[in-house]
Amino acid sequence: MKLDNSKKLFVSGDEAIALGVRLARPHVISAYPITPQTIVVERLSEMVEDKSLDADFMHVESEHSALSAAMGVSAVGARAFTATSSQGLLYMAEVLSYCSGGRYPVVMMNANRALALPWSIFGDQSDSLLLLGSGWIQCYVEDAQEALDMIIQAYKIAEHPQVLTPFMVNLDGFILTHTYELVDIPDQSEVDEFLPPFSTPNQMSLENPMNLGFSSTPADNLEFKYQQHQAMLNSLSVIEDIDAEFGDKFGRYYGGVLETYQTDDAEHIMITVGTITGTTRVVVDKLRDAGKKVGLIKLRYLRPMPEQALIEAVGDAMSIGVIDKDISFGHEGTIFTNVNSALSKSNQTPKKHNFICGMGGRNISKNDIIEMFQLLEDSVKGKDIPAVNFINLNTSIQEKE
Amino acid sequence: MIEIRWHGRGGQGGFTVSRLLGMAASIFNGKHAIAFPAFGPERRGAPVLAFTKIDDKKIDDRSEVEFCDYVVIMDETLINTSLTTGLKDDSVIIINTQNPEKYSEFFPKPNRIFYLDATQIALQILKRPITNTTMLGALVKVSDVTDLEACYQSIDKELSSGIAGKNKLAIESAYNEVKEYQR
Repeated sequence: MKLDNSKKLFVSGDEAIALGVRLARPHVISAYPITPQTIVVERLSEMVEDKSLDADFMHVESEHSALSAAMGVSAVGARAFTATSSQGLLYMAEVLSYCSGGRYPVVMMNANRALALPWSIFGDQSDSLLLLGSGWIQCYVEDAQEALDMIIQAYKIAEHPQVLTPFMVNLDGFILTHTYELVDIPDQSEVDEFLPPFSTPNQMSLENPMNLGFSSTPADNLEFKYQQHQAMLNSLSVIEDIDAEFGDKFGRYYGGVLETYQTDDAEHIMITVGTITGTTRVVVDKLRDAGKKVGLIKLRYLRPMPEQALIEAVGDAMSIGVIDKDISFGHEGTIFTNVNSALSKSNQTPKKHNFICGMGGRNISKNDIIEMFQLLEDSVKGKDIPAVNFINLNTSIQEKE
Repeated sequence: MIEIRWHGRGGQGGFTVSRLLGMAASIFNGKHAIAFPAFGPERRGAPVLAFTKIDDKKIDDRSEVEFCDYVVIMDETLINTSLTTGLKDDSVIIINTQNPEKYSEFFPKPNRIFYLDATQIALQILKRPITNTTMLGALVKVSDVTDLEACYQSIDKELSSGIAGKNKLAIESAYNEVKEYQR
């Protein structure tokens, strides 16, 4: 597809990211290609080449260098973009904490992909979930439109003076990165009004020299970390404000930190992250038609963890299920751990169950999700359902246990 | 929702045509569509699967296509029993072949079979055996998922001007040639 100035384009999730980046006018893109992120980098390099994007494209030799360069760009007060996936994200891991600790508001797209071994190019969310503690804001999107829109919002949130924290936009590998759909392309002039040029109080400059990227002693380390934590907490209200401002300007509201669907009178609520939200929404409609009181919470951000919003959205539901495309070996799904911890801070006591599925690109069908809702219902009725359930696990493996 | 499954070989444009149809139905017919390949590595000559989903409302369901309304087979050498999975009673099969009787056992009644010699059309018009747009023309004739005009507009948007005209001719020719196999 020619990524021209049409108002509507039929593009993939990866292409929607590239279009969003172009509208956000970054100064520098430094990235290393990796499946299923590659198309993002290809399209951006084409845009730089055909001069539809006035940016420098830095060809680097690794993901570690990609983020190091982006951080340097941000340090001089310029806007930086990078993108990666899976092992590439893990290779960057060392630099992630430099970037967040230095308060460099870099925006990165991550194509969620399985971790080796076994080596796999297919999607799950093991990569970014492993790095929840890296000090980056983590947002997960459901479709290509949201992917494009969130790149624009990401810069505004990350560069907010009370936030100054790098931002990771996560797209499910293949299911979103390689699926083509209709996307509304915002006007450049409106994006320019919404997203002013980046300016930072921490700019590296010869006119106003200051110490950046320094070391600390035990006497002051905690204070830096506390400020970083506080900035992340500040982003909770900034996210809500910017979602509202974006909606007012472009007509698309995403609910801020989370979106609820049919939760008001719901007895059983599924909590989803990323593209599985759409399929779950279809299942909720189907079960509602059959008279079941079920609902859905689409958790859009995992950092900051929207604890209060989650507690309110769960309300007095009798059970909640958490779909995890990830397993923290020897424990449970990482999203489940986070949701459980948030809900433990309220007096609510719903039954809570974790559904591990979709690993390494395995399809999650509507029937799988119907089965999960059934397990929630059974649990409330007193049946003994394990906290952690593997969906569609090959039975010959189960029997060997 | 209408679900279409495309069967081709790497290099025949199976994924491209799934997108052309999605574009025609969404941008030019005002419906909603998503198009995606069977995910994974791509190799020239290897079997390729691609899907288009079309609906009047936004398509939320991104799970794999289980049952399809149309199966478009761009290369008859791909036909084997595995192609009969995911068929409904009213699924329609479109095959690029001169000999549809060879395949009727794979797709028993009540599935309707349509056929055309898409390779011949492609060779005549495009001078190469790339049958994706030809099969799109056949699909437009036997279904109401989109119309010729929307396909032409998609081709103008997606393909380079050097090949767009010939591909539009291939679509039109296939539209006129596709026939139902009477059994």
